[in-house]
Amino acid sequence: MQELIVRAKELLEKGEVARVLGWKKGEQEYDAEPAFFETAESLDNFVYNGFCGANLSKYMIEAGKKEGKTLVFLKPCDSYSYNQLLREHRVDREKAYIIGVGCKGKLAISKIPFDGILKVSGAQYPDAQEILTVETLYGTETIPYKDAMLERCHVCKGKDHVVYDELLGESADTVDADRFAEVERIEKMSPEEKFAYFQSELSKCIRCNACRNVCPACSCRKCVFDSTAFDSEQKANTTSFEEKMFHIIRAFHVAGRCTDCGECSRVCPQGIPLHLFNRKFIKDINALYGEYQAGSDLECPAPLTSFTTTDAEPGVGRG
Amino acid sequence: MPVTENWKPTIVAFCCNWCSYAGADLAGSSRLAYPADVKIIKVPCSCRVNPMFILRAFEKGADGVILCGCHPGDCHYSTGNYYARRRMTLLFSMLDYLGVEEGRTRVEWVSAAEGVKFSETMNSFVEKVRALGPNVRLGDLRCKN
Repeated sequence: MQELIVRAKELLEKGEVARVLGWKKGEQEYDAEPAFFETAESLDNFVYNGFCGANLSKYMIEAGKKEGKTLVFLKPCDSYSYNQLLREHRVDREKAYIIGVGCKGKLAISKIPFDGILKVSGAQYPDAQEILTVETLYGTETIPYKDAMLERCHVCKGKDHVVYDELLGESADTVDADRFAEVERIEKMSPEEKFAYFQSELSKCIRCNACRNVCPACSCRKCVFDSTAFDSEQKANTTSFEEKMFHIIRAFHVAGRCTDCGECSRVCPQGIPLHLFNRKFIKDINALYGEYQAGSDLECPAPLTSFTTTDAEPGVGRG
Repeated sequence: MPVTENWKPTIVAFCCNWCSYAGADLAGSSRLAYPADVKIIKVPCSCRVNPMFILRAFEKGADGVILCGCHPGDCHYSTGNYYARRRMTLLFSMLDYLGVEEGRTRVEWVSAAEGVKFSETMNSFVEKVRALGPNVRLGDLRCKN
């Protein structure tokens, strides 16, 4: 973490960048949140630890509208999102200085099943220890690092950044699960079971729009879910259609552009496994139109804006 | 909705202006029968059909939705139906994943000369949806009413 701060201060002082986009300390150690730093002093609040799961690439859209370059720290999987935004002409590569930071898997506080958590040690990068020590109000507990990892880290995209100006720190591939195992499990259910499963998950939704707001692929200036009846920005529509179909529509809108960064599931306050929608589309695209990873390549045609004359007919190859 | 012997499904058919709508017209002028449960919506091209149209049809009470367009390679706008084909493949697969039986969704390519195919397609589709019964799903995935 210290080397990141030193390098950021250096670039700020040299005037190469006008601001730094990183993570800052929250009220709790596990509350690290995205933040802009404009001065060297403010970087004292900079933090990079196991709880810095937030993907900063979407903030680069706003940063691109400001004067000067922005230094941004991207983890390997975040760099896919940035690349995808680059492809969609939503960010300006000229106005970004990208430091690829090392990542050995990020943690989810919701996966640490203890009450009254005060401090989690071992979460400091780069000492990705095998066992986390969790100090709680009721005593000290331990949990394996892997068990507390975000869902997306179990299906890690790898330790390589797809876009960067320089690299700092080491990364590790943390994949230890089959990315499509859960999708396949649902596909095998009967229609009644499938519906019951999704109904039980989606009925938890409070339409807070956090999934949309955090999603790097959801970066349209005008969103279909924005109300046109109110002046205030981002006021959600409350028509019954949107209430019911929100998640399906959202998943379709990002189909073929979703890098599977997992931010939707990470931020959901209700813990809905929203990535299962996106992953279903990714699985189908891979099976029907060839392996495709959004954000890995700036050139190859996107699956939903291209076609071949021999594509499968709808209904073919259904799970 | 209780299933009775006389229950009739509501079927929404999106037909493209250039081939399938003309095919439906031909079916009519050839006096070929197809169930009155099919409500045709004319669209300029099969790729005009936004996936939200399909979802909205289901939300508004459709029991089955069918999309008809020109045969691949015959699109009036050259390539529209190829894009529609990819979109519908993914959307219908997603609906199946959510528990909407695959028999309720269908894509069929019907040319302006295929009045017979139009009538046969609609007859078989309506039969299939009738066998599945009313669509109680997708009306409300979030069970908030």
